[in-house]
Amino acid sequence: MTKDLYDVVVIGSGPGGLAAAIAAKKNGADDVLIIERDVELGGILLQCIHNGFGVEIFKEDLPGPGYAQRFINEALSLGIDTLLDTMVLDINANRRLYVTSKRHGFKEIHSRAIVLAMGCRERTRAQINLPGSRPAGVYTAGTAQRWTNVEGYMPGSHFVILGSGDIGMIMARRLTFEGAKVERVLELMPYLTGLTRNYVQCLLDYDIPLQLHHTVNRIIGNHRVEAIESVQVDDRLQPIAGTEEIIPCDTLLLSVGLIPENELSKMAGVKIDPITNGPFVNDEFQTNVPGIFAAGNVVHVYDLVDWVTEAGFSAGASAARYAVAERQKENRSIPMIAGENVRYIVPHRLDKSHMQEEDIRLQMRVRNPIEEPVWVEVHDGSNLITRKAEQYVRPGEMVTVELKPKHFAEVEKAQSLTVNIVKRK
Amino acid sequence: MEDAVQEKYDAIIIGGGVVGCMVARWLSRYEMKVLLIEKCSDIGTATSSANTAIVHAGYDPLPGTLKARMNVEGNKMWDQLAGELNFAFERRGDYVVATTDEEFETVKTLMKQGEENGVPGMILLSGEEVKSREPEITPNVTGALWASTGGICDPFAVTVAAAENAVMNGVKVMLDTAFEDFVMEGKRIVGVKTNKGTFGCRWAINSAGLYADEVMHKAGVRPEFVIKPRVGEYFVLDRAEITINNVLFPTPTSKGKGILVTTTVHGNTIIGPNSVLKDDKELKAVTREGMNEIWDGALKLVPGLADKRRCIIAVFAGNRPLGNAPCKNPAVKYNSDFIIEIPEEVQGFVNLGGIESPGLTSAPAIAQEVVNLLKEAGEPMQEKADWNPIRLPRIHFRDLERRDQEKLVEKDPRYGRVICRCENVTEGDIIAEIHAPIPATNYDAIKRRTWCGTGRCQGGFDMPRVVAILAKELGVSPLEISKKGDESKFLQRPTKVTEG
Repeated sequence: MTKDLYDVVVIGSGPGGLAAAIAAKKNGADDVLIIERDVELGGILLQCIHNGFGVEIFKEDLPGPGYAQRFINEALSLGIDTLLDTMVLDINANRRLYVTSKRHGFKEIHSRAIVLAMGCRERTRAQINLPGSRPAGVYTAGTAQRWTNVEGYMPGSHFVILGSGDIGMIMARRLTFEGAKVERVLELMPYLTGLTRNYVQCLLDYDIPLQLHHTVNRIIGNHRVEAIESVQVDDRLQPIAGTEEIIPCDTLLLSVGLIPENELSKMAGVKIDPITNGPFVNDEFQTNVPGIFAAGNVVHVYDLVDWVTEAGFSAGASAARYAVAERQKENRSIPMIAGENVRYIVPHRLDKSHMQEEDIRLQMRVRNPIEEPVWVEVHDGSNLITRKAEQYVRPGEMVTVELKPKHFAEVEKAQSLTVNIVKRK
Repeated sequence: MEDAVQEKYDAIIIGGGVVGCMVARWLSRYEMKVLLIEKCSDIGTATSSANTAIVHAGYDPLPGTLKARMNVEGNKMWDQLAGELNFAFERRGDYVVATTDEEFETVKTLMKQGEENGVPGMILLSGEEVKSREPEITPNVTGALWASTGGICDPFAVTVAAAENAVMNGVKVMLDTAFEDFVMEGKRIVGVKTNKGTFGCRWAINSAGLYADEVMHKAGVRPEFVIKPRVGEYFVLDRAEITINNVLFPTPTSKGKGILVTTTVHGNTIIGPNSVLKDDKELKAVTREGMNEIWDGALKLVPGLADKRRCIIAVFAGNRPLGNAPCKNPAVKYNSDFIIEIPEEVQGFVNLGGIESPGLTSAPAIAQEVVNLLKEAGEPMQEKADWNPIRLPRIHFRDLERRDQEKLVEKDPRYGRVICRCENVTEGDIIAEIHAPIPATNYDAIKRRTWCGTGRCQGGFDMPRVVAILAKELGVSPLEISKKGDESKFLQRPTKVTEG
């Protein structure tokens, strides 16, 4: 069962989110919750079944699910709560979250600190203004990867891949393993946009041709992709007439960039850097909204997962520190209870530490007039802290009583303070 | 044997676009056995699915044309229609914006034309007035025509709602059913041959949109009538990025209404269309040139879009069926009028053709006109005692207030599972459409009805999940699930399986 209030809530359970939750728990956060929209923890790592993960952190070369599992095991052994198959609909600047899921229904959760770890999404054909028809068979590389590696279906047989990003190159190799033919990888820029090691291990080793300074000029096919027309581009990245080539294929994969996923961040009032498309953060990975932190690809797109994990550790530890400070502030703050013949007291709550430096004046109104001498007494439940004599009290006239620094020693242990107004006899 | 008539109908409607579905809904009011056939795997997939979603005021068409009359009559019917069928419709009003004194003269002419057509609620505004009303407008604005009766709608929802109401009232709809030919007895149509068999009928109604010319030629009607697909390309922008309050038209030229900037009922800004004549009726491709043309066109009206090109979330093209039918009124020189007729050459045929813009606006008026024509032709048109004009709205999680969302999830937990995170479409929303009166059985059908996959990730997240839900609900393998019908399946085969 999840609670209504947490020290730290982490949104997303990819490498950034898992690391943040673990670090939060290890750095003093009592209750930590991970909210994940998929049915299991691990995020996009679960579909990255290739190796290349963990070289920096574990000095081992692990596949994505294996890398994730180490952190999942640790998170679960630390007693971190999880809400799976659950979507966060809204967050506000007061760190209140509205979430929904089929299993748990609609919930409102409050958190002392939040770590945003929603990762990123893939750029689409519309964002690169790709011309042509709109048939089936045009997929982002990540969507194709999910189908192939998680759901066990091949989205095509003859592929062209646009973009030399890492997911695209890794999918080129993966699809080749599955018996598909990858006709070509096209890259608009005059240079490779992914890692060189992926070029060597995924394209060169499998004789998959890469054409730099080329793009898709149009998609052909009304129902299913039948071919694409490729074209060379000039230094201004504009198509060069006469260089068009029809490449028959049934699927076009797009690996044309990632965009940090910050729709929730914006709801909470988090300011976004127009260059990274992620939140502006300080060295603790705190955003402009106090108590809201961000880690991983939601901040900027990383090249290696190990760095995402490190960022997650850092953000999680910061979030824990923030939450602990918040909790201490809450513990210092006690409610003022209107007792006998008191209608209300202002302030409603008192931060005990403030009594160390200055007098605190409690202001109140009585319920009924008492036309004889009274005590205005401040109790902590068992002991009388202080009292003040008045000749009478009337609802029309405000009553006050002061708490002084000398009372601090007694008030420090109190969970609440009650004011009673009683006849002196 | 293959010509054996499977079943007999009073009327068979050929084509399930917005016009065909509206005619079906109108005929469902009467004691008639009606069949609607649609060649695609969903209704409303051609012209009705890719247009500007505008309910036009009626100042554009030339006075005296059928287009003008249908536009103005149709426009008046939309409030009641939206009320009965429960689809999104907002009478926001529209501007025709002039940016030179010369253009303002054209705009004044347009207003006169509108008055002649009987369009109510038009006024001329000065440049300053337009600027104060629509802050994003170009500073070059010299004035505008304001037409208060212009509106915007969700055209997918209109088509679906009309068809569902028709089905509720007894009309049969057959999808994936393509018209092949008529069965004639002398000069009388007595049946329709399709790829799913032959059906008898007393009336065949041609609402085949882009293919209306080919259908009428099979009946021996108007051999000279030809439809040319007129492609229009569009951009859709991310909701969060720019807000346009109303519909902004440029001043029309001899080439057409021009590239406009408008808002959708979902709050996205939409830009387009251009107008390019093509030969292929099926090709709905966008071109590099076309995209640049509409972008430049939009900047003339709203220069603030200049740094928003990165906010484009969807690009699409639609085909409008431009016909060559001369206006029936010989005094009006116009050669692309609507055809709405019971031709004399054959019996049992209601012929609709060349229904391009303002076809969506006109659809209810055209449907009423079909009823009138049938009455004139001697059909009894006896009203059903139990006809129900109301099609209740489907619940959409995204449109509810938070408390109502909470209650819905409590009642049906499937609404608690968000499948499309950009547009907040849930499993419950999707399943409801799969089992609706006109079942949505492919991805695009789900998309048009729920808005799933129309946001900034364009299906990147939801697509595998929607495919899985469709497969489960339809009881088939995910390999059978398509984008828009059998020829557009998403997946080809399982990955390699190890033996044992």
